[in-house]
This record gives sequence, C-alpha cells and structure tokens, in this order.
Amino acid sequence: MSLPLVVLLPFLCALAAPLFAQGGRTASAIASSVPAIIGLAALYPHWKILADGGIVETSYAWIPALGLSFSFRLDGLSMLFALMILIIGLLIILYARYYLKPYENVGKFYALLLCFKGSMLGIVLSGNLLLMLIFWELTSLTSFLLISFWSHQQDARRGARMALAITGGGGLALLAGILLIGNMIGSYELADVLAAGDLIKNHSMYPLALTLILLGAFTKSAQFPFHFWLPNAMQAPTPVSAYLHSATMVKAGIFLMARLYPALAGTEQWFYMVSFTGMVTLLLGAYVAMFKHDLKGLLAYSTVSHLGLITLLLGMGTKLAAIAGVFHIINHATFKASLFMAAGIIDHETGTRDMRRLNGLWQYMPHTATLAMVAAASMAGVPLLNGFLSKEMFFAEALELNLPGLWAYLPPLIATLAGIFAVAYSARFIHDVFFNGKPKNLPNFPPHEPPRYMKIPVEILVLACLVVGMFPAFSVGPILFAAASATLGGEVPEYHLTIAHGFNMPLLMSVLAFIGGLIMYSQRQRFFDFHARFKEIDAKAVFQAVVSRVGEISERFTASLENGSLQRYVLLLFLAAFVLAFMPLASLGLSIGSNGLSPIDYPSALGALVLMGAAIGTVVTHRRRLTSLILLSVVGLLVALAFASFSAPDLALTQLSVEVVTIVLLVLSLFYLPAWTPTETASLVRWRDASIALIGGVGMTLVTLALLTRPFTSISEFFLENSKPGGGGTNVVNVILVDFRGFDTLGEITVLAIAALGIYAMMKYSKLKPPATDGFGNPWSRDAHPTMLMQVSRPLLPLALMVSVFIFLRGHNMPGGGFIAGLITAVALISQYIASGINWSEKRVTVPYQIVLALGVGIATLTGVGSYALGYPFLTSSFTYITLPVVGKFELATAMIFDLGVYLTVVGASLLALTSLSKLSDSTSGVSDSHEARGI
Amino acid sequence: MELVFALVIGTLTSTGIYLLLRARTFPVVVGLTLLSYGVNLFLFSTGRLMSDGQPIIGDAETYSDPLPQALVLTAIVIGFAMTAFLVALALRSHADTDVDHVDGIKQQETADEQVDRTENNQ
Repeated sequence: MSLPLVVLLPFLCALAAPLFAQGGRTASAIASSVPAIIGLAALYPHWKILADGGIVETSYAWIPALGLSFSFRLDGLSMLFALMILIIGLLIILYARYYLKPYENVGKFYALLLCFKGSMLGIVLSGNLLLMLIFWELTSLTSFLLISFWSHQQDARRGARMALAITGGGGLALLAGILLIGNMIGSYELADVLAAGDLIKNHSMYPLALTLILLGAFTKSAQFPFHFWLPNAMQAPTPVSAYLHSATMVKAGIFLMARLYPALAGTEQWFYMVSFTGMVTLLLGAYVAMFKHDLKGLLAYSTVSHLGLITLLLGMGTKLAAIAGVFHIINHATFKASLFMAAGIIDHETGTRDMRRLNGLWQYMPHTATLAMVAAASMAGVPLLNGFLSKEMFFAEALELNLPGLWAYLPPLIATLAGIFAVAYSARFIHDVFFNGKPKNLPNFPPHEPPRYMKIPVEILVLACLVVGMFPAFSVGPILFAAASATLGGEVPEYHLTIAHGFNMPLLMSVLAFIGGLIMYSQRQRFFDFHARFKEIDAKAVFQAVVSRVGEISERFTASLENGSLQRYVLLLFLAAFVLAFMPLASLGLSIGSNGLSPIDYPSALGALVLMGAAIGTVVTHRRRLTSLILLSVVGLLVALAFASFSAPDLALTQLSVEVVTIVLLVLSLFYLPAWTPTETASLVRWRDASIALIGGVGMTLVTLALLTRPFTSISEFFLENSKPGGGGTNVVNVILVDFRGFDTLGEITVLAIAALGIYAMMKYSKLKPPATDGFGNPWSRDAHPTMLMQVSRPLLPLALMVSVFIFLRGHNMPGGGFIAGLITAVALISQYIASGINWSEKRVTVPYQIVLALGVGIATLTGVGSYALGYPFLTSSFTYITLPVVGKFELATAMIFDLGVYLTVVGASLLALTSLSKLSDSTSGVSDSHEARGI
Repeated sequence: MELVFALVIGTLTSTGIYLLLRARTFPVVVGLTLLSYGVNLFLFSTGRLMSDGQPIIGDAETYSDPLPQALVLTAIVIGFAMTAFLVALALRSHADTDVDHVDGIKQQETADEQVDRTENNQ
C-alpha cells in the first residue's frame, strides 16, 4: 500500500499547492515538502528487506485485457532513485523558496514541481512497463511546463517545445519497443520481463525492440545526436535545471537502461549501440562545455558529457562497469545539483551568467565560492571527492575493454581526453568566476552572499560529495550494493570502495588528465581562437529549420491533395475505394460459386432490361435535367418492383412512397436550379470518368454474382423463430425494426430528424429569386393551381390518411408499419401543397412540423425509457391481447407506441424538408407570388 | 437470374458513379440516388434472391432472410434524408454563389456551350 501512496501523494498535494501560495512562499514551500517527507518515512521500513536482496511488490488490476496493471515494485535500484528524487527534491523546494521572486506564481511552480516529482517516482517505482510509460510521458509534459515556466520569454517557449518534441518522440519509440517486448513474452510485468532475458535476446524482433527502447532512453538522457535539447532547456528557472536536467529526469533514460539491463544487455548489439553512443556523447559534451561562456551552458554540456559517461559504462557490458555506472549516477547527481544551485545563486546575486563578465567573485561571496569550488573539484575528479572514485573506476574499466587490435587503445584514449576536458572546464568554472581579475559591468554591483537558507541545500550536497569521497564504503556502500544487485539481476562481483587503489594505470590517467586539463585551461585563448574558426552549428536554428521545413512540406502536400474541388475529392474517393477493395477481392477469386445460377424468369428479366435502359437513359440525358429526372423515377419504380418480386413487400412499399417524395423534391429543386447542364469537361475527362464508372460497375457486378451464387448461413433463424412468441408480430421485418433492433431504429429516426432540421436551418435565412421563365426561356403556366388537380386531391386526403392508418395498424403482422404509413401520410399532405399551394395548406396545417418531429423522437425515446420504470432494460417491449366487441381479438404492444414515434418522425421530417425548400422563394420579388405553386 | 440481378446492380453503380463525378449539383444528386438504388439492391441481395417467401410468419413455407430487408428499409429512409439534405445544400450553394457548380466557382461559358444551349432550346 505504501508504494502507490509514495507515487500518488505528490499529485494530490499539487492540487493543494496553489491554495497555500496565498500564504506566501514559505507556506507553499512547507506544504510542498509534506509528500517528500511522508514518502521517505514510507520507504524507510522497506529498507531491511531490500538490504537482504528482497523486493517489495504491490499490484492492483487496471486493464487486465491489455496487460496494464497498477503495480509497483521496490528494489535496490528503484530505492536509490526514489531517495535521490525525494531528498534532492526537498533541497530544491527549500532553494526555490529563495530563488523565486515574491511576485512570481509560486503556487504554479510548486504544483508543477510536485507533479513532476510524482511522475518521476512513478517511473522508478512502476512494476509494469506500460504503467512506467505513462509516468515517462508525464515527466515529458511536466518538464515542458517547467521549462516554459517563464512563458513570456520566447527562448523559454522554444526550448520547452524542443524538449517536448525530442523526449515525446522518444517516448513514442519507447512505447513501440515496450509493445514488442510485451508481444515476445506475453506480459508487461517487470518481474516477467526481467526473468525472460534469454527469450528476449534470442527473439528475432530483439534488434528492433532494443533499438526502439534505446531511442527512448537516449532522447530522454540527452545522448548524441539528441543531446541538443538539454542546453536549450536551460531557459528554465535554475531550481528546475538543477532538479530535472541534472539530477533526475535526464537520469530516467539511464534508469531505463539499468532497469532493463538483465533483460536486454549482454549482446553485441547492446555493446556497440550503447557504448559508442555513450563514448561520442562523453567526448562531445566535454569538448563543447569548454567553450560555453554561459555558466548554465557549461554545466548543461558537462551534464551531457557525464550522462554519456554513465551510458558508456552501462554499455560496456561488464558487471564492474555497470556498478561504476550506478555509482556515478549518485555522484553526478550530488555535485551537479549543487553546482547548478551555485550558478543560480551567482545569477541571482549578480544578474548575469556570462563568464566573460563574472570575475573575482571570491571577494564578494567567499562562502558560496568555497561550496562551488568543492563541487567543481568533484566534477573534475579531484581525489578525496566522490567524483574521483567513480572516475577511477571508469578509467579502470576503459582499460579492461577488449576491443580487437588497435581499437583497444581507443577507450582509454577517449577516457583520458574526456578527463582532460573535464578538468579544463571545471578549472574555468572555478578560476574564471571567482578569481581572474575584477567583475565587469555586473547588473547588480556589488554582489553579496545570498540569504542564509538558500545556501543550506548546496552545503548539504557538497557535504555529501566530501563524505562519499572520503568514506565511500561507510556512506553509500549498502545502497550501492543493493542497487547494483538489482541492476545486474543477480550476483554482484567483488568490488572495492576505497579512496586509493595504489599506483596503477587509472591513477596515471588521472594525473595525465589533471596536467593536461590545467595546461589546456592556461592556454585557453588558443583553443578559443581555434574553436572560433569553425562555424558553430546552432542546434536550435537547425531544429527550427527542420520543423518549419517539415511543416512546409506537409502543407504543400495537403494543398496538392486538397484543392477545394469536390470533383477531385470524389474521384480520389473512388480510386481509393477501388484500390482498397481490389486486394482482398482479388485473393478471394470472383468466380461463380457452388450454388450455380437459377433459371431466368422472363418477366423479371424484362423489368431488369427496362431498369438498366432507364438508368443509362438518365445518364445520357443528364444535361436535360427534367427528362433525366423522369427516367430516374422509372428506375426507382422498377427497383420497388424488384423488391416486390423477391419477397420483400415492406421494402417495395417503402421504396414506392420514398420514390414519390424524392421525385417531388427534385422537381422542386429544378424550379430554382438551371434546367440544363452545360458541357464543361473536356472529352478526355469524360472518358476518364466513364472508365472509372465502368470499373466500379464491373466490380460490383462480379462481387454480386460471386456473392449470390455462394451458400451462406444467416443469423435470421433467431428472428424468424422469436418474432411471434417474443415480439408478438408475424411481420418479421417490422418486429426487427421496432423490437429486436429497436435501438438502431431509434438512432435512425434521430438521424432523419437531424437531417430535416439541418435542411430547415439551411433554408431559413436563405432566399433565391426564382427565374422568370423556365430554363429554356418559356414562360411559366398562368394557371398556378389547376382546378382539376385541386378537386381530385382534396377528397384523396381523407382516403389516403385512412390507408395510412390501416397500414400502420397492421404493420406488426402484415407488410406496413410506421415508416411506410408515415411516408403515405407525407405523400397525401404533399399532394395538397402541390395542388393548392403553400399558403392555402399552411392555413390548415397549424402544427409546425418541427413539433411533429420532436414529438416523434420524443415518443419513441419515452417508450424506451418507460421500460426502465418497470425494471427492464432500455426499449424492452411487451404485448398483450385484448378482445373488444365488434373488432375482435386485438393485439396491443408497446412496440406500437414506438412505431407511432417512427410514424410522426417520418411525417415531420418529410414535410419539414419539402416546405423548407418551397419557402426558399424570395417573396419580395413579384414573380414568386403567382408561381408559388410551382415551388410546390 | 443472379446474372441479371448482378448486371442491374453493376449498371446502377456505373451510372451513379459517372454522374457523381459531374461538375454541377443536380447531376450529382441524381447520381447519388442511382448509386443508393444499387447499394440498397446489393444489401438486399446478401439475403439471396427468393420468390414467394415473404418473411411473414404463416405466409410461406420457407422465408426469405428478414434481416437484410430490415436493414435496407431503414437505408431507404436514411437515403431519402441524405438526398433531401444534399438538395438543400445544392440550393443553398446556388443561393449564396449564384452558380450550381459543385465547387461553387463560376465558370466562363464558352462559345461552344452557347451553341449547345441554343440546340437544347429547340
């Protein structure tokens, strides 16, 4: 229980931090310290188990189907990191209390810092790789917010974006790698992964998985060639740089490599990828650090270099090297965090970080200077300090690395060279800043010592450097042993934590590094001149250029696809559909199936011929729109006949009534639109379109033929069997619509209602001036409402309504139902509009169709909700039979109320659509009044 | 019979696609209607073709598949809603841009087209 508490408490406390900010900086600093103190107290009882090589695990199920669990694991390695995160975190909170100005948003700062701390603890304590990845991404996000804390500065925003892009991209690679690992062994639990090292390493996907995971680790830990985000993240407030970008977050990549060491390390690929990346980063970072005039820039590149050193140690593959790596993690965190804090103090007190102006500060702030000098000496690897110990171990391992032939000299050479650079830049940090003449043009002059408490965190860390440097076995021995055994996943070889190993090669290399580094520093002007000859590559500019170039390319690509032409989109849509359909269909083979062809029924075949002829006629005559429309209606009627002939009476009725409404609608639209289509497309384009159409048609013919001649099994047996006993109706199609699949139908009528309302809204504020003549220049008929039509249509209305009631009522048992009855009613009403005009009809139909529509959807929904009241699931139907005198036995089903909703929706939607269109006429123009009837 | 049915669906698809690729709104609406006929018939035919087997209990010895019929019934109604919406869209576009081109761009009438127009007139 205590492990999730340690991780989640900072997040909870982050909510409270802004509240405490009302009480000032001290109050929020104290409040923010609570989770770390509780965390340390919660971890302490576990130490005994870990010291004996044990593991503490807690697990809760989260999404078992995905292999994601809320599980936590504490062993030596995660204990080491958790302690670093918690203890340095506490010191940072104290430091930030004095670093931040009273007017700054202290609450936001502490809240973000706590979120970061929780995420970081989540990474190191997760017992599940997927869970770890979630926290991993959270650190990228919180780091982004912390770097851009001073969001008014452009550089801060840019640096934050770059950090997010690089580490976020690496996170994606890591996710892919983790998924591959999970696929290999069938579990994301850390315990399973660590136990399955051999399986993973012998798997064919191992190289890919390793590359992806290392991409995640390298981007996070600023390894070459992804190192450039780290120096640019130095725009962050210094407490953030000290915490995230030296002690903790950048170590997450290192942690990942150490964590998965038993599962992934020990192969040639691991050796070459990890150690060479580390080597390049080590050398590059140390070299560039020398030439940085910005204090934090120097420290940032030095951090890059030290991260490279740890990576190299982990990559070497020997157990002693891995132990040295873990040891250096501790040492680097202590001296680098204190150096960053010292740099922050100097910046805070003098107003600048430029080493060309910062000189001779020893006179003004001797206390801070002493602390910074001890830490810098540790960074350089001066004996009796902790940096020296891990560096000696590194030198020893570099000598042990057995590369073939002359290559064997490379690692010691690079190690010594990096040592020389490290001494040189550490010497610069000490000599340039605290001695070397007088300060030049300081914004705040004279500088003085910072507040007493601001130095305490630095003092504690520097003290740690000294204690570890002088009494290593006593101070860090136990935790190092626990962490090393967790990293190696087994036996720990013998190693010695002593301050001197006698005169040997590593010591000689150290001496060489010192002499070389001091010479180099004294001759620094020559090196600066030499370095100045090369044009420095500004990583930020390159990154910006790449980002904007990618943006441009994708914009151009999008623009070339999306040129605003619907014709182009439709064309691409069909071509894409062909390509997508071709591959699966080609592999199926579109031949005539085993059922063979049934004999041709000649009347049906004649109907089919007429249908095809009418369809082709529609296309041929499409320029003369009215003719084309008449032919279209022939097609529609024949489709209705086809449904009738193949045992689908409901479909035939629906198609028939829809056909009427559709054609009326299209005729209506022709009143406003040109009656004739001009020839615009070149004949080549027409041939192209014709070929595409032909491909589509032939494809569909083949697919249909193949489908119809193959046997199949249907799930419809269920519906046929249960229609009567379960739904109380014999018309299975209707029972499916209103009962079995009632929920689908509810969705469907909702869509219908939305479409009708959309039409209403589109037409409401739009006016079209109807043309004075028809498309060919002929005047409109003067007789807007022909008497014959009027006289016939009016008595038809009650008859049609009666038919629709009949169709509605019998729908459950015979062909019919709400849809068809609704359409018949709509047709009956529309005929009144056509015959007598919209004004006449509107006077008589006083209910707005929007209300009818809403009523329909409402009734259907309420029927569904009603079954809740009786304790049944949504839309459960029930039915009973009642016997009335005269009428006889009569079935009453709740499904019928639902069907009434359908009926009302269909009536409302059809009429709303048609009347909206017919009201489009601009009534202010003289023409429209007399010809309103034309627009229904 | 299957071959005839398949040819009908193929013809409807072809004619529908050709008209959907036209540049004016009205032919596109007509094309969409033709294509929906084809699609509806195709969906319907997944239950296979059968005469005298209407799925009304007690009416026949073997029943045709009621499920595709229920699906197509709603597809017809939704298809109507879609056509109506498209018509409204076309009219709105015509009202706003004063042309009935699908891209809403006014195209210059060429001399040929004017001849075309007079021919149509007669």
